[in-house]
Amino acid sequence: MGNGTSIGRVRGLGSAHEGSHGWWHHKISAGSNLILVLWFLISLALLPAYDSATLAAWIAQPLVAVPLILLVVSVFYHFHHGLTVVIEDYQHDHTRFVLLLLLKYFTIATATLAIFSILKVAFTAGAAL
Amino acid sequence: MANVRNSARPLSPHLSIWKWGPSMAVSITHRATGSGMATVGTILFVWWLSALASGPAAYAAFVDLFTLSSGKLNIVGYVFGIGLTLSFFQHMASGVRHLFLDAGANFELKANKRTALATYFVAVILTAGFWAFLLEKSNG
Repeated sequence: MGNGTSIGRVRGLGSAHEGSHGWWHHKISAGSNLILVLWFLISLALLPAYDSATLAAWIAQPLVAVPLILLVVSVFYHFHHGLTVVIEDYQHDHTRFVLLLLLKYFTIATATLAIFSILKVAFTAGAAL
Repeated sequence: MANVRNSARPLSPHLSIWKWGPSMAVSITHRATGSGMATVGTILFVWWLSALASGPAAYAAFVDLFTLSSGKLNIVGYVFGIGLTLSFFQHMASGVRHLFLDAGANFELKANKRTALATYFVAVILTAGFWAFLLEKSNG
């Protein structure tokens, strides 16, 4: 984005260039969310029990731990973009800057905690905790 | 900052002045369910995973908040459980509808109105089916 005239700043941000980037990534993550969250809900519903040993043994399988990590990446990426758009639409002064900053910290902190927890459960399931 | 608003200048009228229709309701419901899941859903999901990773005692303390001593869900468990699944299925249905709109389809007034209303029916039916399955399993 240059420092030239108004039209100069707008050029390149239309649908053919950088402007569509966020929209497209939102659609990509929407598609993977659709598959991953449906998989998550159906798998949870089909589990025989919900005690910690059953859940840990479930998460310890590679084909559960990996989709679960992919779910965190896809869903958190998607909600980060979604909430960014919501904040940009309704906040117009310095609160916009503060909320966008807090959103970034919130997303990265919760995603890291989620992925670390999945990995820890996956690598220690069955071992004495 | 370039985007600081001059408060002396009026804002364009918002939700309050329009006649409500299904497509408008679905649009704002999509935002509300998405924002709700992104905040409440994220916190509960991460809390659930980190409790599981902290060991059986921490997990039991987490589960205790949402269940009765019999192991069945309590009122808090039902409110969050049904609230989040209904939010997800609603957001999913209107999200899929949005993928068609993004492709330029479904802008005919009647069809657009029908699919807007359909997202609510789909969400309620899928949520009811999901919970009927869970309750049937826990009782049977």
